[in-house]
Amino acid sequence: MVIRSNDAEYVEGKETVVTDTEERTSEIPEVERIIVRFAGDSGDGMQLTGDRFTAASALFGNDLATLPEYPAEIRAPAGTLAGVSAFQVHIADHDINTPGDSPGVLVAMNPAALKADLPKVVEHGTLIINSDAFDERNLHKAGYESNPLEDDSLAGYQVISAPMTSLTKEACKDLGVKPRDAERSKNFFALGMVSWLYSRPTRPTHDWIEEKFKGKDLVIAANLAAFKAGDVYAENADLWASRRIVRPAHLAPGTYTNINGNTALSWGLIAGSRQAGIPLFLGSYPITPASDILHELAKHRNFGVRTFQAEDEIAAVGSALGASYGGHIGVTTTSGPGLALKSETIGLAVSLELPLVIVDVQRGGPSTGLPTKTEASDLMIALYGRHGEAPLPVISSSTPADCFFAAIEAVRIAVEYRTPVILLSDGYLGNGTEPWRLPSINDLPEIKVNYLTGPNHVDAEGADEFLPYLRDETLTRPWILPGTPGLAHRIGGIEKDETGNISYVPANHEHMVRTRAEHIARIADSIPPIVPAGDADADVVVLGWGSTRGAITAAVGRIRKKGRKLARIHLRHINPFPPNFGDLLRGYETVIVPEMNMGQLAHEIRADFLVDARSITKIMGQPFTPAELVERIEETIDA
Amino acid sequence: MPETATTTRKDWVSDQEVRWCPGCGDYGILLAVQMAMTELGNKPDDTVFISGIGCAARFPYYMNTYGIHSIHGRAPAIASGLALTRPDLDVWVVGGDGDILSIGGNHLIHAIRRNINLTILLFNNRIYGLTKGQYSPTSEEGKITKSSPMGSIDHPFNPISLILGADATFVARTHDMDRKHMIEMFKRAHDHKGTAVVEIFQNCNVFNNGAYGQITSKGAREEMIIDLHDGQPIRFGAEGRHGVIVEHGVAKVVEVADVGVGALTVHHHDNPDPSVAFALSRLASNPDAPTPMGVFRDFERSEYGSVLNAQIAQAIADKGPGDLDTLLHGLPTWEID
Ligand code: SF4
Repeated sequence: MVIRSNDAEYVEGKETVVTDTEERTSEIPEVERIIVRFAGDSGDGMQLTGDRFTAASALFGNDLATLPEYPAEIRAPAGTLAGVSAFQVHIADHDINTPGDSPGVLVAMNPAALKADLPKVVEHGTLIINSDAFDERNLHKAGYESNPLEDDSLAGYQVISAPMTSLTKEACKDLGVKPRDAERSKNFFALGMVSWLYSRPTRPTHDWIEEKFKGKDLVIAANLAAFKAGDVYAENADLWASRRIVRPAHLAPGTYTNINGNTALSWGLIAGSRQAGIPLFLGSYPITPASDILHELAKHRNFGVRTFQAEDEIAAVGSALGASYGGHIGVTTTSGPGLALKSETIGLAVSLELPLVIVDVQRGGPSTGLPTKTEASDLMIALYGRHGEAPLPVISSSTPADCFFAAIEAVRIAVEYRTPVILLSDGYLGNGTEPWRLPSINDLPEIKVNYLTGPNHVDAEGADEFLPYLRDETLTRPWILPGTPGLAHRIGGIEKDETGNISYVPANHEHMVRTRAEHIARIADSIPPIVPAGDADADVVVLGWGSTRGAITAAVGRIRKKGRKLARIHLRHINPFPPNFGDLLRGYETVIVPEMNMGQLAHEIRADFLVDARSITKIMGQPFTPAELVERIEETIDA
Repeated sequence: MPETATTTRKDWVSDQEVRWCPGCGDYGILLAVQMAMTELGNKPDDTVFISGIGCAARFPYYMNTYGIHSIHGRAPAIASGLALTRPDLDVWVVGGDGDILSIGGNHLIHAIRRNINLTILLFNNRIYGLTKGQYSPTSEEGKITKSSPMGSIDHPFNPISLILGADATFVARTHDMDRKHMIEMFKRAHDHKGTAVVEIFQNCNVFNNGAYGQITSKGAREEMIIDLHDGQPIRFGAEGRHGVIVEHGVAKVVEVADVGVGALTVHHHDNPDPSVAFALSRLASNPDAPTPMGVFRDFERSEYGSVLNAQIAQAIADKGPGDLDTLLHGLPTWEID
């Protein structure tokens, strides 16, 4: 899908898969979209191959969405089902929302990849197979009793099998590359074939190979040779009948880049720091799938970004809080297990009322769970996972590019309201990509920072005094930087009164707890009201949050096309909810909430608004596909 | 470093009533810190005390400076974030043996190895005071407490050994009965660039009274405290009749009359090899034998925050100050008209 900076409603994609009758200048039949899945062993370079195919398609002007899937083990046993690494990309000549339902094309580099991913492929789909890998040993490891390339089991598919390994070695034999090393380039052979089949421009891949492997001339030569050999093979192997082209999409004018959620989120944090005019400090501990934010921000010291790889999750958030106390924007990034560890310090931040941004790139849980798979099951820990009454704002991002804007919003709330904010992303958003029409930086929201520099109150005797917890009309306390002359004071996690000093007075505690809660609730005044998408007169609304946005948008579009009335709401702010949210929900007969958890938002809706929300859940480490959502939404409405 | 100022002790005393038990060693330490501050010429407004949880951790409330009374064990982590973003401030960490060596042990060793500009005061009373008397990570084996009615099974940390093992660039030891020595150690620690740790033998007269009596009481000191002086042979006792020799990584007490002054080990606190200081730290594992006091190590190594800020300056020099629009165009882009 294409995200526009004004976050407008998306154009729903057309649903017919193939229109290969219409011919234009070239002989190649056009299709509106294709979904290609590259699958192989972890060591086969499938992520890279998928990424290059995506990049070439993006530069060609297609709209696209990607879904990388890889095993948790860095080196899972070669040739086994557990070791299969895959990258799915959906490219289209129109605006799309998701990595697609089922791939029409599967590139399988070994038997395990075929076995693992064949069930996902559409009926009569195309299989591009490395026949060299289908030896007895690999077939056995994948659990095949007989070779599927030789029996009838693939009869329903269009099979293009090529001896990719041996042809790659052959192509490299005069280059002085050792055969073992040459073998490693076979993914570029596959890429060459697929690029030819789908008429991708080859220049971007050439340039990329030369840039990426600069200084390693043999590697460049081998990869280029393999890429070319794949291209030539496809052309000579009489695959003309299979050739297709996906024309550029008619996207809104502008400059585009293909971006994943972790990068967009990193840039959003930098943008937030720019808009606030204060530097960014990131305290982080490596954890999948959030580490790439640490990597990205570490590159940008010239923005004044201080990245600090802490000794553990607790020190990561602690150092960020210390930085916020000092007047920087303290940020910590993590995934579920790390959020659990940070809990006590986040409670301290609630008590100190200092800005802090906590980013949780969610993954399958509990415990180590599914570290490389996506899930959205940290909503409850984000909302409630602290001891005591410790409310804080929770927001979520909904597409890879949207992570940019969500990060700016997290910084805005944290800095302007002096509170910790949890920003929920997930593994699918973090690693998935989409073309992003770059916003004009002049349109980014302003973030106001006020440090208190002198007394803020007059005491009973008429003398100036300074009260660290004296609140403004939003109930926000001042931000006072250590080093400010005359304002030295102490704060802490023990209950306090307006002076910041310890108070065990019973009524004061009740007052402070209620005031902190009201402070967070009033942030709703700064949130725009929700305008539902879809039919204004619908009785049914599909309510979502997080990375389900693409699938819900596509599914709601398909159902509406069949003639049913449906509305759709996707939440950015989950605490506090937007001001009109409760009234809006009560206006629908049916509220359906698809979630990648056991129904956490639905639970929240029921508790807050006494609305009988119906859950649609999926906990398989994979995002919803539009097709399954269509089916389950229709089932729910008809039930 | 902040500019110097002339202050009196009163300038460092907050308006909060001090609420340690009467007779607690913490009173003496508080006074010594406040006096050290006046001697250092620091300004209260440029000074920050960050603590965790425990009796000692109430310390910031009693200092008329900036301060955070944070959560158990995490003070070094919070202070690290502050020190890295605000090198203009003078950042101190205060905590007890439970806070800093037990629940916060991880943060202590990592702050030390990074050598972040912090001054850490470790109040070691070898007991949990605020939770009313359980054995701590520095309590001796066999100690009878509420949580160890048959005697503690835990082997205690030797804090100086641990801190040296984490590659500390500065570590010293002092005790709550000697204000002059405390002031001297606090000033030395403050002036050190990097993480400086001072272990303070502190008496908890309620739950572990007299834990250090065998060495810190007036009559015992001469024979039981080994004062470390840079560049001098290690001697102690009446007329310096005892001495210390470090040989093959082991320190032992000798009689000067037997070996001669020339045989004594000369203490060099800036010795690049920490093994001599380590051997000295092993001399007494319990306060029932002659115990070294003073600066074990004061060595220069690059300070984390300075290097971090130098990297930022370097990045700006190399790439120019960050420009958001350039960043957004940093991946391959394409135009659609
Ligand atoms: S319990 Fe011990 S350490 Fe704590 S204040 Fe009382 S005497 Fe001091």
